[in-house]
Amino acid sequence: MVKIALVSCGTEYSGIQKEIEKAANKFGAEIILPEIDLDYIDEAYEKFGFSAQSSSLKLMIARAMAIVEGKSKPDAVFIATCFRCAEAALVRNEVRRFIQNNTRIPVVTYSFTERTKADELFIRMEALATTVTRRSILAREKQEGLTLGLDSGSTTTKAVLMENNNVIGTGWTSTKDIIESAKTAAAEAFGQTDYDWDDLDGIGTTGYGRFTMGQEFGAELIQEELSVNAKGAVYLADRQKGEATVLDIGGMDNKVITVNNGIPDNFTMGGICAGASGRFLDMTSRRLDVDITELGPLAVQGDWRRAMLNSYCIVFGIQDLVTTLAAGGSKADVAAAACHSVSEQVYEQQLQEIDIREPLIQVGGTSLISGLVEAVSETLGGIEVIVPEYSQHIGAVGAALLVSGMGHRQDNK
Amino acid sequence: MVKVAIYPPNSLILADLIERKGHTPLVLQKQIRQKIKDPEIDSPPMNITEEDPIKGLKYAAIEVPSGVRGRMSIIGPLIDEAEAAIIVDGAPFGFGCIGCARTNELSIFLLRNRDIPVLEITYPTNQDETYVMVNEINNFIDSLEEKSEEE
Repeated sequence: MVKIALVSCGTEYSGIQKEIEKAANKFGAEIILPEIDLDYIDEAYEKFGFSAQSSSLKLMIARAMAIVEGKSKPDAVFIATCFRCAEAALVRNEVRRFIQNNTRIPVVTYSFTERTKADELFIRMEALATTVTRRSILAREKQEGLTLGLDSGSTTTKAVLMENNNVIGTGWTSTKDIIESAKTAAAEAFGQTDYDWDDLDGIGTTGYGRFTMGQEFGAELIQEELSVNAKGAVYLADRQKGEATVLDIGGMDNKVITVNNGIPDNFTMGGICAGASGRFLDMTSRRLDVDITELGPLAVQGDWRRAMLNSYCIVFGIQDLVTTLAAGGSKADVAAAACHSVSEQVYEQQLQEIDIREPLIQVGGTSLISGLVEAVSETLGGIEVIVPEYSQHIGAVGAALLVSGMGHRQDNK
Repeated sequence: MVKVAIYPPNSLILADLIERKGHTPLVLQKQIRQKIKDPEIDSPPMNITEEDPIKGLKYAAIEVPSGVRGRMSIIGPLIDEAEAAIIVDGAPFGFGCIGCARTNELSIFLLRNRDIPVLEITYPTNQDETYVMVNEINNFIDSLEEKSEEE
């Protein structure tokens, strides 16, 4: 069983201990608390050097130290502190950095409220467990046979058909009914080939609807999108060796994943604010009365400095853009400002939490918005950003790649 | 008999000093025990549910972290019930500890504002100071006895 060490300042006092344990158990993992004695707390705390007032934070530091010093040997670490606590946020970040700099153990951080439910933690726990237990699958570098990848996202459903290491068909539709949308996207992908469902060797599913689709289609692989997208990104960008960072600004949440030799070793996931998601750009394009595909090129022509936003908020930020337009501002400047706003907020909320490793591979539907890709590069000081072919189908490509070798449908026939 | 709140609220040494004089220490353990015994609640290991941080809104606003409100939902009623209080400042883990500096600040502030007799002492660093601390606590408890007898 995968042992996930809980490094926290008191999840039990927020009434969410049970939810954390439930999320871990669902993916065959168990939560452990690194055992330490009383004297070690002060010793570790002194060594770490952060003067925290709260004694639970001292305990948290000591538990992290016990992991780094090998006194406790978990397979993965989950660091959690209360949302809105400044002192805990500082310690959470420093403890994460400390563990990452000194071990190869995968780490996930989270700030919780009493409303945190197991569902919100599933993807993080699943990705942690996958990184530990499914290293062999994640090490796959080549697709074989005929496989179908299905990615049911919050906004769109994608399907990718792959054969002998090539993408031979793609499908894309807006997500409505999970199964019907998956069938529509798959039909589009099959339509570009001579194949049908019966010809498949295996099916891999990912995204929010992965369990529903997986059950319906009898998928050989049902996998959360953090591992799948990371794998798909390095595969498509031909960066399977060495380090890279994968950025996926999605319709409902954003993922930033650092990868080493094709295996994710750290990630953050945000989903608190719609202003830092693809939804913001979708709303902007509607306000500008341009198709979402035209927003990127339009933004590249504009200058965000000429259309300042006073808020990142999807309601008030968009209102600022409308005010700029009413005052005679250009659509191009407004489009650029929207891209800049999303990029800046993604940076503030997430990218700064992770040690960015070049190149940055941007994927997901929003990676097709060139203005956003440019804004991300600018926000990060002009670093190299790669947008691979099929970047908008990243989850489906990753699922089709990872399931290859697992499906033996034709053998069974 | 006087109900005496203590801080840290789970200090067994303070609770014992109060009990020896025949008064009632208001301790965290009793609150937790009540939660564990309640058959309707099942949230191990401490049986605090997501409803408790919401009950804590009586003591701290919604922008206060859930961990502080969760703690206040247990400590707050003890503060409300207190007829006297003993606060020990700068105590190490082993003496008793609630784990959160913000909860400490709020709880101590609320105790100071309860218009009840309050004894505030600093945790001793040597044997002599320890004698002084125990004497101060005993004198404080005796003074409570005299007051309650006068009443």
